[in-house]
Amino acid sequence: MRLIDLQRDMRAWLMREDASAAIRIGENAAPGLRVYQNNFRSQLAACIEDGFARTRDWIGGEAFHQAVIAHVERVPPSSWTLDAYSRDFPATLAMLYADDPEIPELAWIELALAEAFVGPDATALTAFDLGEVDWDRATLRLAPTLDFGELTTNAPAIWSALAEGEAPPAVAYLPEPGAILVWREGDAPRFRAIDQLEHHALLRVRGGMPFAGLCATMVETFGEEAGITRAGQLLGQWLADGLVVALFTEEQAR
Amino acid sequence: MIAPFAGFGLGLRKPHYADFLEHRIAVDFVEVISENFMVDGGRPRRILREVRARYPVALHGVSMSLGSADGLDGAYLARLRALVDEIEPLFVSDHLSWTRSEGFSAHDLLPLPYTGEALDLVCANIGRAQDALGRAILVENPSTYIDFTPAAMTEWEFLDAICARTGCGLLLDVNNVFVSATNHGFDPLAYLDRLPHRRVRQIHLAGHSQGAELLIDTHDQPVPASVWDLYAHVLPRLGPVATMIERDDAIPPLYALLSELDIARQIARDGARAAACA
Repeated sequence: MRLIDLQRDMRAWLMREDASAAIRIGENAAPGLRVYQNNFRSQLAACIEDGFARTRDWIGGEAFHQAVIAHVERVPPSSWTLDAYSRDFPATLAMLYADDPEIPELAWIELALAEAFVGPDATALTAFDLGEVDWDRATLRLAPTLDFGELTTNAPAIWSALAEGEAPPAVAYLPEPGAILVWREGDAPRFRAIDQLEHHALLRVRGGMPFAGLCATMVETFGEEAGITRAGQLLGQWLADGLVVALFTEEQAR
Repeated sequence: MIAPFAGFGLGLRKPHYADFLEHRIAVDFVEVISENFMVDGGRPRRILREVRARYPVALHGVSMSLGSADGLDGAYLARLRALVDEIEPLFVSDHLSWTRSEGFSAHDLLPLPYTGEALDLVCANIGRAQDALGRAILVENPSTYIDFTPAAMTEWEFLDAICARTGCGLLLDVNNVFVSATNHGFDPLAYLDRLPHRRVRQIHLAGHSQGAELLIDTHDQPVPASVWDLYAHVLPRLGPVATMIERDDAIPPLYALLSELDIARQIARDGARAAACA
């Protein structure tokens, strides 16, 4: 048997216990195939269980176990890193719990925090680092670990309560959909619920919009004085969060 | 040929990070799992840098997949190269096995048949890895649960051939020899006697567990007497090697692993004394 065919048969055995593949692998291979099957499933399950403890706390052990089984059957692993296997679990939960959006949102928070933990390093600017900035020409560079997820519920509050070992609040829907913002400051991953205004502002800035452009956008929405104030409030919040890691002008960017 | 390093070390595991950073631990080197540190940044990478400032570090991988029929993952090699360049490790190693093929990753060390085709493929993959990493690597003998018969060669003949053709070295996992020998009915002493001894640069010592049907390489138990005996048998046949205790699960307090390492040191001293008297 060619090596590529053997490896295809092993995949078929691991993913769906393909009996004909098992026979081709070897007449006496059954005990060993059972070991590899057990290793395969238990590794993937352990990866998910380790990565989504709060989600398990929320939906309960048995429901979580069934979700893990569904995920292992639905999603073949493809990356060299086992950590990547967690990335599709919120999507599996969204399929299983279509009417309970707080569940995949809770899982997304856990996933995003774990990814931020090992994301690229950067040192946040503080207000003291700003010096004399030409705000008419400045563009902000945001933390490379910055990520956004959809938010329609109070999943952040649920996560926080569970993380503190407290009784979580009942699920509640936001009056308007927002976003969950995740990033890392120093060693610590952080998250915060944000509204659509801030979400869009951050997307624009991350996309390279200069600060003056952000101000213009706010002015368009809120008027001259309120718009400038709002842009300043956002900048202050982002600096306090440790989201801003650099300031540069167009000339410096070239 | 990879320069030899004589010494005794431990696998560095998360529960012991603080011990290694806050105290001077009596080891000559530590080994880490490469993939745990092939990340973009954050605390894991910082801790590794701090450990490296204090101890030589060996990088031991589980996902290079030297037996992949469709070749190696270039992105994986690039990430590993970046880590190698930063850490300047004592050794870089991975296993004689495959974990990934055609976009599917099993996240396990799956067995290879020891055929001519597999030999050509593994040698090509080792060559590519060594080119990408800019250095020779060590290849570890696997523990296996399937014995593909008939085979063109034995596992030790296969290992000898890959060393001769690629210039790689060997990481001898004595526990894996015991597990595979028990599961497949070959003589572990014959295996150890017929390995290319001058290629061995590192030794893993670990424990195993009895599964329902087979012995399982769980690396979650103390090193048993059977493995110590094999270590004592093979050590005098080798040149300078780096010996370590490898515990991957049920991690005990550090002092327990250091006590096991002292057993390895004693075996080495006894062997040296016996050789001197011979």
